[in-house]
Amino acid sequence: MSPVLADVLQVSALIVALVLVHRPLGDYMAAVFTSGKHLRVEKWIYRAVGANPDTEMRWPAYLRGVLAFSAIGVLFLYLILRIQDDLPGSLGFAAITPDQAFNTAASFVSNTNWQSYSGESSMGHVAQTAGLAVQNFVSAAVGIAVAVALVRGFARSRTGELGNFWADLVRGVVRILIPITVIAAVLLVAAGAVQNFAGIHEVTTVTGQTQSISPGAVASQEAIKDLGTNGGGYFNANSAHPFENPNGFSNLLTIFLLLVIPFSLPRTFGRMVGSVRQGYAIVGAMATIWFVGVVLVTWLEYAHPGTASQLAGGAMEGKEQRFGEGASSLFAVSTTMTSTGSVNSFHDSFGGLSGGVLLLGMMLGEIAPGGVGSGLYGMLIMAVVAVFIAGLMVGRTPEYLGKKIGTREMKYAACYILITPALVLIGTAVAMATGHGEASMTNTGAHGFSEVLYAYTSASNNNGSAFAGFGANTEFHNTALGLCMLLGRFLPMVFVLALAGSLAEQKPVPETAGTLRTEKPLFTGLLVGTIMIITGLTFFPALALGPLAEGLAA
Amino acid sequence: MNNSVANTGRLAWAALRMLLVLTVVTGVLYPLAVTGIAQGLFRDKANGSIVNVEGKEVGSELIGQTWDLPKKNPDDENEVPRPDPKWFQPRPSNSGYDPLSTGSSQLGASDPTLTKLVGDTKKAVAAFNGVPESEVPKDAVTGSASAIDPHISPEYAEIQIKRVAKVNGLSEQQVTKLVEDHTEGRTAGFLGEPHVNVLKLNLALKDLAAR
Repeated sequence: MSPVLADVLQVSALIVALVLVHRPLGDYMAAVFTSGKHLRVEKWIYRAVGANPDTEMRWPAYLRGVLAFSAIGVLFLYLILRIQDDLPGSLGFAAITPDQAFNTAASFVSNTNWQSYSGESSMGHVAQTAGLAVQNFVSAAVGIAVAVALVRGFARSRTGELGNFWADLVRGVVRILIPITVIAAVLLVAAGAVQNFAGIHEVTTVTGQTQSISPGAVASQEAIKDLGTNGGGYFNANSAHPFENPNGFSNLLTIFLLLVIPFSLPRTFGRMVGSVRQGYAIVGAMATIWFVGVVLVTWLEYAHPGTASQLAGGAMEGKEQRFGEGASSLFAVSTTMTSTGSVNSFHDSFGGLSGGVLLLGMMLGEIAPGGVGSGLYGMLIMAVVAVFIAGLMVGRTPEYLGKKIGTREMKYAACYILITPALVLIGTAVAMATGHGEASMTNTGAHGFSEVLYAYTSASNNNGSAFAGFGANTEFHNTALGLCMLLGRFLPMVFVLALAGSLAEQKPVPETAGTLRTEKPLFTGLLVGTIMIITGLTFFPALALGPLAEGLAA
Repeated sequence: MNNSVANTGRLAWAALRMLLVLTVVTGVLYPLAVTGIAQGLFRDKANGSIVNVEGKEVGSELIGQTWDLPKKNPDDENEVPRPDPKWFQPRPSNSGYDPLSTGSSQLGASDPTLTKLVGDTKKAVAAFNGVPESEVPKDAVTGSASAIDPHISPEYAEIQIKRVAKVNGLSEQQVTKLVEDHTEGRTAGFLGEPHVNVLKLNLALKDLAAR
């Protein structure tokens, strides 16, 4: 079979699997977040915590819950990392330095999972499972909770109440994430991923060398790393490491996991607002952008521009033989467009233009289909902007799902879309102006600049993948990127919840002949156009200096 | 003011308790449950697919290793390793197949350093195997993502057959058959790329040569 045909089959199989699963999963998630009943285990948790899961919260209370829980999460994880040398199962690794511990704590709590450390040589068993993996679960559940709160804002009227944060958080973990990860983790072990709490295992190779085989509870962490669109690898090589991702099957499973919740949540949204077609208009925009990205990067990587790739006869630098160009390109696009950031190949060695597509995928704001929860709320903000633009064109007060998009709503939406571009561009500019950017480059010229731009884009958009030649473990970058991650995660949430509160207070506007039909393909087209124009205008100059300059020179 | 401080304190306390409870659920119970299932059902794989030869552990099926000649001077850290012509050779690795230091070169596709490296490697691989440079496949001159890639392409195995057969005193047909037997196709016929596991191939080669 030709590699191209195999690749077409691979992408088709993935799409078929997603189409089959999104419906039951989307409906199930809607049921989870609208049900009035609590499971027994959830009641135990609420009792232990002393939270009343039936209290309705208005947006400031909901936001306080999100921020308090996340702030405690940063402190707790920071503490674990700082004292890990004294914890059992540390494998003899030292405590993490203060700046790196801050960076890592910010990274995992913000669902970014940017890694300035190298897993196999710095993190022991407790730090990995009770520190990092816990945030993999809860940061994902926080993302889903905020998305659900925004959906309730559209679905509810004349109230201002958005649900209960603690209940949404616990339900996300207990009813959605854990069941899927248990199944996925066992499948990963069946494929060959490791799962143990042993020490570092020394063997003597055939030629008499000593080789240290890394241990770890890898499969259990892999499953949530991908399902929760986190992306922090157990090992430095992430999903390129054969212990994390041993073969073609585990690779497709991994890609499926990172796409499945983001692509199913629009169905949940549709169910909760009472029209699944509204959800399909949203998922249509997500899928279109993702699919175009997959085709572009796959084509570019097979064409392998770049002097080194040309000489080698293919773009295999930084790629594993068992995956090849096709499976690596599919993974790369899916991970950058879902805010996951795990990698099965190293993006730094992709061609200039493919690297540009990956960068653009993050710059869109992680909405195609985006991170768990954050993808949906990001896309809904874009939908609000698209409705507003359409309203301006015909001179009507814009409305979306029966809610007026007035001055207040537009202010929140505009603030939301300004935050990450500001962090990316200011962050990159400061790093370059102070010389810290250049000092951390592995590559030279335009590609070196791309490394810096990629780092600040990845952190601010909570992706976490890297042009990994970038030497991130310096005091400056650990601190600056840590701040970008926290601000890039939680400032947008403030505006999402404020918007949700404002929408939930309104009384619904009756639909008339002049109402924009937001469930139609025309709206999907308008939405894609809006996203492209906003992102393009914001980032084109920066892209021109980096990937475009490199790609067009080759 | 006092009221809001008290409220913040109460909220932080609730958040901490929630985090601790969820840490027990997702950070202790979950990994232990998965480990229990994994060790029960797939013991070998869960422990790293370790390969035993005559009761001795020689590596992991999933982790590549080096197949070099012994060092001339064992104490010289900077000595350039020389590939042993007796074995099938793996892909280049910037860490010498050290599992405690995974990750790739990170050099860009048009980077001058990488271009030079690819060119030099191509010459070396061609000379080592006695084939023209045009026959050297892409995986033989590029570093993998993990730097511990256990596989090479069937094409890279093929250009090594002649050399390996000669050094081990085997016929080319015998070695060709060996490579064919160890070539694994795409998973399920369409996932990923065909590949050859170097450790398994070399262990079979060792058996064949000893016979």
